[in-house]
Order: sequence, then C-alpha cells, then structure tokens
Amino acid sequence: MNVIGEKGVQRILSVTAFSAISALLLIALFILNEGLPFIFRYGLHDFLLTSDWEPQAGKFGIFPMVAASVWVTLGAMVVGAPLGIAGAIFLSEFVPKSVMRVVKPTIELLAAIPSVVYGFIGVMVLAPLIRTYLGGPGLSLLAACIILGIMILPTVISISIDSIQAVPQSYREGSLALGATTWQTIHMVTVRAAKSGIIASIILGMGRAIGETMAVIMVAGNAVKIPHSALDSVRSLTANIALEMSYATGLHREALFATGVVLFVVIIILNSVAIVALRKRVAKK
Amino acid sequence: MHRRMIVLLSIFVIASLMGGCGKSKTSITLAGSTAFQPFAEKLAEQYMSTHANVSITVQGGGSAVGVQTAISGAAQIGMADLVVLPEEAKQLTPTIVARDGIALVLNPANKVINLTMQQVREVFNGKIKNWKEVGGADSPITVVSREAGSGTRSSFEQIVTEISLTKDALIQDSNGTIRETVANDPNAIGYLSHGLLNDKIKAIKIDGQECTTELITTGSYKLVRPIYLLVKGTPLGEVQNFIDYILSADGQQTIKANGLIPAK
Repeated sequence: MNVIGEKGVQRILSVTAFSAISALLLIALFILNEGLPFIFRYGLHDFLLTSDWEPQAGKFGIFPMVAASVWVTLGAMVVGAPLGIAGAIFLSEFVPKSVMRVVKPTIELLAAIPSVVYGFIGVMVLAPLIRTYLGGPGLSLLAACIILGIMILPTVISISIDSIQAVPQSYREGSLALGATTWQTIHMVTVRAAKSGIIASIILGMGRAIGETMAVIMVAGNAVKIPHSALDSVRSLTANIALEMSYATGLHREALFATGVVLFVVIIILNSVAIVALRKRVAKK
Repeated sequence: MHRRMIVLLSIFVIASLMGGCGKSKTSITLAGSTAFQPFAEKLAEQYMSTHANVSITVQGGGSAVGVQTAISGAAQIGMADLVVLPEEAKQLTPTIVARDGIALVLNPANKVINLTMQQVREVFNGKIKNWKEVGGADSPITVVSREAGSGTRSSFEQIVTEISLTKDALIQDSNGTIRETVANDPNAIGYLSHGLLNDKIKAIKIDGQECTTELITTGSYKLVRPIYLLVKGTPLGEVQNFIDYILSADGQQTIKANGLIPAK
C-alpha cells in the first residue's frame, strides 16, 4: 500500500515537473511558429538592420528598437552593477551577521515591488528632474537606465552576496596572514574567487533589464528612433510589442511576434551564459 | 476541514450551474474603440436595467479590433471611431451613434492659444521644432502622439492630412497617458478625446475655433470623428433594439452628459 502511494506521489511530482518544461517548450514553439515565417519572408537583414518602423506602410525595421534595448540594458548595468557589487561586498564583508539578516531581505523586497510602481515614480519624479536640469523631454533613455538600474539591484546584490559568502574562510585568512590589508584581501582574493558568481549576477540582471516592459514603456517615451544622446526618447523591443499588440493584425502582428523571437533568442543566450558561469563556481568549490 | 471544503465547493459549483439555467438570455457583445467603451458600458447598464432578458458585454481592444470582431462574428456589434472606415468594413452596416472632438492640448504653462491647421501639420511632421516659431516661448516642442493603429491617431492624421509623424515624437498608448505627459511637460503638445479634457491641460483653438461642444456640433471645429457601431448584415432583434435605444433621446442624453457629442 505504502509503496503504491510512494510511486503515485512520484508520478504526480514528475508530471508537474514536466509541465513546467513543456510550458516553456510550447511557448518557444508558438513564438517561433508565429514569428519565424515573417523573418524569412521579410529577410533577417532588413528586419534587424533597417530603421524604418511604419507598420501602416508595411515597413518593419526594428534596428532602432534593438539599439534602444542594447543601450537601455548597458545603461542599467552602468547604474546597477557597481552599486550592486559594492553593496554586496559591503554587506558580506563589513557588516555584522545580525545587520545582514535584516538588510538582505529588505533589499530582496525591492524585487517584489511591481514594475508599474517603478514606472510611476520614474514618470512623476525622475522625468521632471531630468527635464528641468538636463533638458530634453524627460522621458528618456537616461530615465529608463536609472529606473532599470535600481530594479536589477536585488538580483545583482543577492546572487553576489551568495557567491562572496561561498568563498572559503581559509582564503581570507591566508591572505590576511600574508600581510594583506582587508581591502587588498577583498579585491585581490575574495572578489576574484567569487568572480564567476558575480558575473552571473550581472548577466541575470541584464536578462531582467532587457525583458522589463511596463516601467520602460512609462519612462522611456517610446519614440522610434536611434538615440543620439542619453536625453533622447527611445523604444525598447519589449515596449514595441506591448504598445502595438492590441491593435496589430496581419503582417503587423507577425512582425511583433518576430520581435518576440529576437528578444527570446537574446534572453536565452544571456541566461545560458549565466548558467555556465554559475556552474563553474560550483565546480570550483 | 477537508469535508467542509468539499461541501462548500460543491455548493459553489451547483450554484454557479444554476445561475446559468433559468430563463434563456439573449447576449450581445460589443468590442472595439476604447474611446467609446465607457459610454457603451453605461448605455448597456441602463438598457439591461429595463430589459432583464438581455445581457450585454462590452470589451475594448481598439477600433481595429471592433472592425475585426464584427466581421468574424466574435462580437455582434463592433465599435470604431474612424473618419474613414477600412475597406474590409464594407460588408458591415455602420450606424453613427455619436461624434467625438479631438482636442489639441498643451501644458497650461504654455502661452500659445491658437494654431492653424498648417502649423499643426508642421509641428507633428517635425518641421516646426520650437515654440517661438508659432508665437510661444523659446523652447523645443515635445510632440506626443498615440501608437500606430490607434483610432484617435488615424482620425487625427486623416483630418489634418499629410502627416508623417516626426521620429522624435513620444508615443503614449492611451488618452490618459497622453494627458499625464502633457500635464507634466511644459513643452509638450498632444491630442486626445474631447470628452477627456480636464484642468491639468489646456485645449487650444485651431484656425481660431475653440474645441467646445457647440462648435463641434455646428461643424466649425474641424477635428471631429464619428463613432460607428458596426453590425454584420442587417441588425435584427435585440441588437437592433439596443442600437435604437442608443439613438433614442434617453441614450443620446447619456452620451451628451458624459462628454461626447450626440449623433443628431
């Protein structure tokens, strides 16, 4: 009886486990099925590298959106990665465990704030500040970078902390015993040993930044053009899909799915790199 | 604990099944224009309060969706706020139920109060880039427009004519976010449904004509679009009754009281 029960539970669990994987597979198949024919017909080169997006006129060049997504993501890294890594080093090396137990969950709570709230703060506070002090329309690449930089902090900080804490205590002791100062130990030994984990945290942060939609729609202004300065308005790949999806029919709709294919491929590449980096860390341990 | 849950659940299931029984209701679905959606909801509510045998569902999705769903039959009535109906809408029976003015709006801090149609065209085409060229302060113009496919945008471009929107234009995806953007940016210009004006933004005159209910009704104010209800074939039974109700004095009063211009 007991054995049968055990087997049954095992079956059920494996079915649930596979349902997640099959959902991923179905989504991938669906997007590819809807988007790839368009890419083949329109031409990958024309689709990715021309910069006229005029759905009504049958022009579907997503280069401005690709450029925008790249800049927004890089900008978010410039804002978020140094802050996140510095925060992680400080929290894991300089702060007593008791403080850490309060601060780390608090930072992770940042991830629980809905992105529409970040967007709202961006529109109400950040955009007017940028417009008043730096010029331009305010809703801009810069605003998107800053908001996304903050949004990726929890990802960067918590994974970096985990990997820094995974560095064996003996490494630090060895370095200190050789006469290195605390700072020398941190940047020459601890951070170097935790390098792959920190890189993985940045890549996962990038994945989050490139996939973020709501906050970017709200703060980036969504103009379809290649940005010439950080104060220009831009439209990311995700924003392009979300903005036009509800009206799109026919070829336009297929072009949006094709945009989805591009995003999907980029995110899969980023995540695979992150997984490889994290695996390296485990192997080292 | 478990038993109680099961009992509760079965009561819930039985109750919801019974809800579906009873007298058979005629159900009508409206879909399309987000500009007319709130009005359709209000009208449907009023109609259902006097006609218990009809159940009306109102969905948004935009004018393009209104045309598509009316053709496919997914909705009995499609709503569209377009100046020129697309080619494929030829097979549908259109009824104009209301008119809606499109107001050109600026931030209240902006001193400009009038633009000619030609100036509007050049601002949105990106030829006029600074407010001082049209009598305002020396600051760059931020053009704010709707996304491709929006009924308001198509109507605006069809009435103003010869618009190829500047690439610098910010794009917002609803009347509400256009209003927020213009309310927050002293240099912005945008357009939205006349029914959605409030005191955070100001509507300007076009060719000297103010955007008011009177001037829209008389036809002096040019930026006006019709709101169509589209039905496949000839409207019959409750569908026709509901459209008749919207066109009745009561229905038109509701439309007027909430900021749209009556059809008649």
